[in-house]
Amino acid sequence: MSDHKPGFFARWFMSTNHKDIGTLYIIFSITAALFGGWFSMMMRHELGDPGLQLADDGHQWNVWITAHGLIMVFFVVMPGLIGGFGNWFVPLMIGAPDMAFPRLNNISFWLIIPAFLLLVASALVGGGAGTGWTVYPPLSSLAGHPGLSVDLAIFSLHLAGASSILGAANFITTIFNMRAPGMTLHKMPLFVWAMLVTSFLLVLSLPVLGGAITMLLTDRNFGTAFFNPEGGGDPILYQHLFWFFGHPEVYIMILPAFGIVSHIIASFSKKPVFGYLGMAYAMVAIGVVGFVVWAHHMYTSGISVNTQAYFTAATLIIAVPTGIKIFSWIATMWGGSLTFPTPMLWALGFIFLFTVGGVTGVVLANAGMDTSLHDTYYVVAHFHYVLSLGAVFALFAGFYYWIGKMSGRQYPEIAGKIHFWITFIGVNLVFFPQHFLGLAGMPRRYVDYPAPIPPEHLQGALVNPVAKIQWILEQEYGYHLWNYISTLGAYMSGFSVLVFLGIVFYTLFFGRRVGDNYWNVQKNTMTLEWTVSSPPPFHQFEIQPKMK
Amino acid sequence: MKKINLWALTALSFIFSFGSALADTLPTPAQLGFQTAVTPQMERIASFHNGLLMYIITAIVIFVTALMIWVVIRYNAKANPTPSKTTHHVMLEILWTTIPVVILIIIAIPSFKMLYYLDRTENIEMTIKATGHQWYWNYEYPDYDGLAFDSYMIEDDEIDESKGQKRLLSTDNVVVLPIDTNIAIQITAPTTGVLHAFTIPAFGIKKDAVPGRLNETWVRIEKPGTYYGQCSEICGIKHAYMPIEIKAVTKEEFEAWLIEAKDKYAFNNRNYEAITMAQIEGVQ
Repeated sequence: MSDHKPGFFARWFMSTNHKDIGTLYIIFSITAALFGGWFSMMMRHELGDPGLQLADDGHQWNVWITAHGLIMVFFVVMPGLIGGFGNWFVPLMIGAPDMAFPRLNNISFWLIIPAFLLLVASALVGGGAGTGWTVYPPLSSLAGHPGLSVDLAIFSLHLAGASSILGAANFITTIFNMRAPGMTLHKMPLFVWAMLVTSFLLVLSLPVLGGAITMLLTDRNFGTAFFNPEGGGDPILYQHLFWFFGHPEVYIMILPAFGIVSHIIASFSKKPVFGYLGMAYAMVAIGVVGFVVWAHHMYTSGISVNTQAYFTAATLIIAVPTGIKIFSWIATMWGGSLTFPTPMLWALGFIFLFTVGGVTGVVLANAGMDTSLHDTYYVVAHFHYVLSLGAVFALFAGFYYWIGKMSGRQYPEIAGKIHFWITFIGVNLVFFPQHFLGLAGMPRRYVDYPAPIPPEHLQGALVNPVAKIQWILEQEYGYHLWNYISTLGAYMSGFSVLVFLGIVFYTLFFGRRVGDNYWNVQKNTMTLEWTVSSPPPFHQFEIQPKMK
Repeated sequence: MKKINLWALTALSFIFSFGSALADTLPTPAQLGFQTAVTPQMERIASFHNGLLMYIITAIVIFVTALMIWVVIRYNAKANPTPSKTTHHVMLEILWTTIPVVILIIIAIPSFKMLYYLDRTENIEMTIKATGHQWYWNYEYPDYDGLAFDSYMIEDDEIDESKGQKRLLSTDNVVVLPIDTNIAIQITAPTTGVLHAFTIPAFGIKKDAVPGRLNETWVRIEKPGTYYGQCSEICGIKHAYMPIEIKAVTKEEFEAWLIEAKDKYAFNNRNYEAITMAQIEGVQ
């Protein structure tokens, strides 16, 4: 029984092993990312020129943005960071043999598959759900979506939510009860801290989403009128409930990213994380304050001016713990002995991009300022800088940092660096110009934008870009130029995904085999995953590790 | 506020309103910043952004980037083979907690002032009501005998460039408003409808049209001209196709337009009090 593995079916379809479940989550996350990314590519291609390119009409466009948003949030970032890296490394880092509830862990994963299928169905059935990821009524009520699509989307979120709540309960129990002797909370690795705070956010916020969408479901099917003004209900109530979940949700996505980046920065600086306690409690503070800022998504909805003032103040405060984290990462590197393998590049990229996305968040926090910027491309640029370029950069950072540990094989270094630079340039080309579009007033969720239609020979993305840009600049009005640049950046980012898939394939089949501590992580930044083999044994820590 | 205004008009106006000077009420192809402000509301928003926030956020990004470049150059493994053992520094940590707090207070004070200014004024001189429908706007002038009309986007194939019509922006029935007048704008949507949002970037206003609620904002237009906005809350298949077009004219021109409009839109008259029951029955 030294390292007994079950057969293929039992191992992958009935798994109770945290590492195997983590692997399943990562495979799922990458697969879902291809779907979500495909929607992105269609969207950017559509917006490369004014007029309709791919979409039949505005509703089809709305279906794309809805599917893109929900897939990326619930089926890429959360399964990747929490289900994938969380499952893999929380038990390893705290010296536990597995998660506290291995079978619950299995249910968590297998709930997300039908959730994803329901979501895909919601995009295909009855014309598709074109509500945006926020699913605001009355557009999502019978008035706006009489078909089955929104019901399917609601069921999808129910299952994904249940999956996440079960997973979060599992993490909390594991972290509180299964740490190796001597590992007090204040000695716990920062990634584990991040997962602990994230799990609490999940447990406290997801039930509120569940309630809101269930009320929507009964409004749609059983004649209740929670959000229907004709029956005395209120659409704004839904917005409060949704964002009471929705705002913590963005921290749910970014906190594990903070944890991963902290470890990478420390390892490749050969220095422990600067201000460890400050870093841990900054995450706790972000989690707590994250629950009392929700209505900054609703500044223009008609909430009173005093309410807006309160939410402005509370939102600005979040910048303080976030600043502590940014400065602590830099201070970690300060005086260090830095090397720059691929995961370090992604981590550095993360710090830079998160700073850019963070400062535009400070701009948007001001309710008065938001009068101009609410629901424009400025918001799209802001949240993609913190999520698409923040959380996703952390996903890649974690992948390159740990793929050797997870698979026993190392990725090709040069290819990893090429992947980083193509992605870094590509995503900045996509999202930086969107700030300009937003400041100029372009609303988000638009299938088409004001601008003259280009002559036939200049239509399409890659036909003579120079002549095309010259033509655009000659026009009197329109949002064409920055949309076009953004679309060119999207093609570049799309190409980088192909590079990544090539790297995954090469690594898994031809990657160089590596030892326990292939990054040569120093004793002062050591976490327990580097003390086991690569890949770790099927059951690790048969002799319990002890912390000094 | 004056001081900030000056800042805005000088240093950064070159960079961030580049392009907007070419055509003052429309987004231009290479535009980097806001559309030109034509109301005190938007002037405040623009000066708060261009004159204060832009400096602060640019400085922060440059500061963080410079620190990162410095550590990469100074503390790479070649330049610094032996890492230091520092793991905390209380004074530094206090500083990078308190300095951001100070910066946030510097932002918050003008931010609150602006927020309360934008919220309301006591001297409203006229009111219009905008109702968001799927997918057009209905406008009412309750002060002027219930003058009311619907405003639809002009479809692509009907755009008349000789009249200066703009794709996805121009409407069939333009809202006409007087300049130098404090105008309350009431915004709502029918209880059977969905959310929309009423906005004009050059005015610095944006409010959601919510079924069952009446939202209000106000505006004072300082310059005659034609200004455009677009629905800013997802509302279904034609969300991108329900623009707002406002023509601001002098008070005299507005009075003249009213006479013309009451005639043109007489059929839509919402002044039910003027219509006797007998007339209604007669119609039926």
